[in-house]
Amino acid sequence: MSDTALTIGFTDPPRQAARAFRVLLNAMARPGRLYTLEGTDAPLPLSEAAALTLLTLCDPETPVFLAGTADTPAVRNWLTFNTGAPLTGPEHCAFAVGRWDALLPLDRYPLGTDQYPDRSATLIVEMDALSNTGTTLAGPGIDGTVALSVPDTAALTANRRLFPRGLDMILTAGGTVAGLPRSVRVL
Amino acid sequence: MTETAYNFAYLDEQTKRMIRRALLKGLAIPGYQVPFASREMPMPYGWGTGGVQVTAACLTPEDRLKVIDQGADDTTNAVSIRSFFQRTAEVETTEATADATVIQTRHRIPEHPLTEDQILVYQVPIPEPLRFLEPSEVETRKMHALEDYGLMHVKLYEDIARHGTIATSYAYPVKVEDRYVMDPSPIPKFDNPKLSDSPAIQLFGAGREQRIYAIPPYTQVVSLDFEDHPFDPSKADHPCALCGATTSYLDEVIVDDEGGRMFVCSDTDFCATRRGEAA
Repeated sequence: MSDTALTIGFTDPPRQAARAFRVLLNAMARPGRLYTLEGTDAPLPLSEAAALTLLTLCDPETPVFLAGTADTPAVRNWLTFNTGAPLTGPEHCAFAVGRWDALLPLDRYPLGTDQYPDRSATLIVEMDALSNTGTTLAGPGIDGTVALSVPDTAALTANRRLFPRGLDMILTAGGTVAGLPRSVRVL
Repeated sequence: MTETAYNFAYLDEQTKRMIRRALLKGLAIPGYQVPFASREMPMPYGWGTGGVQVTAACLTPEDRLKVIDQGADDTTNAVSIRSFFQRTAEVETTEATADATVIQTRHRIPEHPLTEDQILVYQVPIPEPLRFLEPSEVETRKMHALEDYGLMHVKLYEDIARHGTIATSYAYPVKVEDRYVMDPSPIPKFDNPKLSDSPAIQLFGAGREQRIYAIPPYTQVVSLDFEDHPFDPSKADHPCALCGATTSYLDEVIVDDEGGRMFVCSDTDFCATRRGEAA
């Protein structure tokens, strides 16, 4: 895709956003479960799932931080054109998107306050692949335990220690998405 | 019947995004009340404006919606909300709990067990369980932040001291995942055990009070009690006069001027299904 051509994210925003949100709602309600999130022409290097997450949740009220390789002119133009979300640094963002190494360190994002823990950032973490292998997770939304290929077990444990403050994560790989809210415990 | 002049599910997209973000934060912090910019809806506060906004933000065109008011599908509130979404979202509706994908409820949890494919949306009048003990939002915010719930136990203890039992019979406070004390909306305490470890997603919307909160599936929800006064999900000690069910929550109905009364299932779909099967 060229840097100048703007692609339309949703051709029928109300219905496409509703369907995409249902996937995200299920993903956040059932951490570790893999869901399919497809149906848009994502600007490289964004995955389809990450692009749909941004289209569904972002607007002029949500500053977005494009981390590392996600910060390209094509992505900037696409995001601004489709959502109107202002671009910002990690300190003031509502959403951040990028690969794990580019998103680090995690302590620079808004973590919420004790009285308003919801005022924390949501990280959209781009992965090469997602699978139900690796780290064993438990917590609200998980029936017993679930295994997930998380990027960094130690960071999750540290994030859980902040509860009810903390970061929520949406892991994306291609057209696959998994929720990783702050309530998740690493076993 | 379709009102094409309205956006899908009535609300504009930016409002839905704002509600959707609040819902995701609510699920990430089970039992915590997320503030949201509640809109005026074409119905008065107290008629489920919070629940309607949550439902509007969640509905997809493929959903089958059920709406109940105190367990009944055929009361004014349920009928009008159902027809509201028929007109503005063109979704299918149903009265059968098992067939529904989204269920908006006023003050009951259906008797039929919920599944992983269902979302239960509660209409909430007063989301703050500590509100009648502490009128200041500034103070109750602090109490939640500090996990300072002693006052709630004092209230339940005073019930025992005065009445011999915990007299709270609806909106019975619960603790979610051993962290937040939460108002389950004015469901009878009979329904409280169904809040815990449910396969369905449970979402709560309070329109006038501008709060959204959530219980993810498979989440531990415990009704507050004392070791020597354990929680008792009591119900009327009768079978249903229509279907004979002994396990369902019952409404007491006055049937004449001589004080005659009968007890019938509050869940109309549950009762009708049982009678259909029995016939």
